[in-house]
Amino acid sequence: MAQPILEIRDLTVEFDTEDGVVRAVTGVSYDLAPGEVLGIVGESGSGKSVSMLSVLGLIPKPPGRIPSGHATFEGEDLLTMSSSRLRDLRGGRIAMIFQDPMTSLNPVLTIGDQISEAILVHNSGTSDDDARKRTVELLELVGVPFAERRVDQYPHEFSGGMRQRAMIAMAIANDPAVLIADEPTTALDVTIQAQIVEVLKAAQRETHAAIVLITHDLGLVAELADRVVVMYAGRVVELADVFTIFNEPRHPYTIGLMNSLARLDADLDRLEPIPGQPPSLITPPPGCAFHPRCAISQGRAICRTEVPPLKAVGVQEAPHDSACHFADELANLGAARAGTAS
Amino acid sequence: MTERSAEPVAPEPVQPAAGAALAADPALADVDLGLSYDSGVELKARSQWAYARMRFFRHRLAVGSLIVLILICLVAVFAPQLAPYGFDELDLDNITASPTLEGWHLFGTDQLGRDYLSRVIFGVRTSLWVAVFVALLSTAIGTAIGAIAGYYGGQVDNLLMRFTDLILTLPGLAVLLTAAVFFGANDSEVFGIMIPQPMKIGLILAFLFWTAVARIVRGLFLSLREKEFVEAAKAAGAGDMRIIVRHMLPNCVGPIVVNTTLVVAAAILVEAALSFLGFGIQPPNAALGKLIADGQGEGFNLWWLVTFPGLVIVVIALCINFVGDGLRDALDPTQRRTRT
Repeated sequence: MAQPILEIRDLTVEFDTEDGVVRAVTGVSYDLAPGEVLGIVGESGSGKSVSMLSVLGLIPKPPGRIPSGHATFEGEDLLTMSSSRLRDLRGGRIAMIFQDPMTSLNPVLTIGDQISEAILVHNSGTSDDDARKRTVELLELVGVPFAERRVDQYPHEFSGGMRQRAMIAMAIANDPAVLIADEPTTALDVTIQAQIVEVLKAAQRETHAAIVLITHDLGLVAELADRVVVMYAGRVVELADVFTIFNEPRHPYTIGLMNSLARLDADLDRLEPIPGQPPSLITPPPGCAFHPRCAISQGRAICRTEVPPLKAVGVQEAPHDSACHFADELANLGAARAGTAS
Repeated sequence: MTERSAEPVAPEPVQPAAGAALAADPALADVDLGLSYDSGVELKARSQWAYARMRFFRHRLAVGSLIVLILICLVAVFAPQLAPYGFDELDLDNITASPTLEGWHLFGTDQLGRDYLSRVIFGVRTSLWVAVFVALLSTAIGTAIGAIAGYYGGQVDNLLMRFTDLILTLPGLAVLLTAAVFFGANDSEVFGIMIPQPMKIGLILAFLFWTAVARIVRGLFLSLREKEFVEAAKAAGAGDMRIIVRHMLPNCVGPIVVNTTLVVAAAILVEAALSFLGFGIQPPNAALGKLIADGQGEGFNLWWLVTFPGLVIVVIALCINFVGDGLRDALDPTQRRTRT
């Protein structure tokens, strides 16, 4: 892999709450290569958003805390740099697309104002006219029709899909190297989702940015991602390229996710949910956090006593890591499943 | 019978006639549906302000009050040109004249023969000036304090809000009277800048009036700072100042403006009370409260000395409150009482 543009190492994020300390993210490490799309998958509360928001300094502190970890972006540690330097990076080299375009745009400012503001904040020499021209270009790029006129409209005059396009335009305004898309399609309906996926692809073609795609939509991951990080209870449980994740998952949680997914290419009578509830992050289960719900563990002691490290599995050249004591047992199972699916 | 039988066989001529009637209807003549494929964007883009303006102008009482207020303000601004006499012009041959058309003493004259209409006009000028000054200054102070407290929260919020509580618990009138006596009795010069005495009264009033705005703005900011668009602005690299001024304050303009108008009305009344008690605006400046105070010793004999300035105070305060009501209804439709 090329020199990563963003390296997250051993990141831990905690929140102080009334009931105790919530460990939202525990010892998470992953790399982001220039120009790739990295999907971060997990259920609600698995720490996928918090891991990204925390490195950008966007979690409220207090109650949030980052007791350990590094996040190296282009040779600088995001977690220790000054807040003004971090502010320069945010929206500049690292841009973010939020989940809900309905609430992420300021209702009292026009779309054009908000996009050109992103330009003006990071390029203090730009004239208002130039910023406006660039704004119109950006809106055309993301497929907003009549951009010349719509630039002066307010968010309430835009539909959900158009607002998300405007959000994407705002995010790519400064040619970012990293684009963080936090559930970019969750708030949109299905036909619009497909369009937004195309816009994201176009945005990436334009900027060559690496995209971190935070989502629980496995379909979106299959569509866009090159590599996938699967998170569970604040830890990375599996990391591999997108084909390996879908065809040869090596962690029981990933397999559970795949089984609970409606597929068009397999004739299933019913979907298999993962039994049980997501664990409490205040008092997580000892050992592997997934063991109470795990079909593979079968009550084996090591699952209850030892946290499985993330280690390389499989024989393929592409790196494939899994945090399961019995990842090897899953090799055949994953292959068998891939067999039934095809 | 022939007419009736003709009806079903001749529907065609009726149709265009109805169409012509439709087109001839003056109410519909201006309606251009402009239906085309892209008619969605042909619609005029209306900002929130445009909608607020429309709602405000539908509020008749508020519009009427606004017109009266504008007239009063114009009279106040052009007082030297409009007033028939100077505010301290004596006419000892014509003292305590009752209201008369003769010599344009519409409001009569006082014990020194000064034209009362002119004195009231100049009084309005001073009182309005002070009230607007108080409203703007207290809004600025209150907004700044409320915004900082609400945005940063925590200890900053605690400190600023306890200070606000402290100001609120001061017995207003006592502090006003004391401050007016100690600081507000004369014109004075601070750092080479001349501060006229009415402005000092304004400063003292503003010091007591900002608390309401501060609390309102703080409350709004507390809820606004959790909004996603604020987080989005942060993620786009905007600094604290930019987020406060450009993203959050415009979302509070409605309540702030409404409160400002109400402060104008309150300031007029308090300043009148203060001047009535003799601690407010000092002679030779004419102020409405001072005029009433001067006239009250004469009782019912010189009734015009009390009545006219009093009426003017009532009219101004009422109009401002109506305008404030209209603004509140226009800017915050959710709070509106049923009125169309």
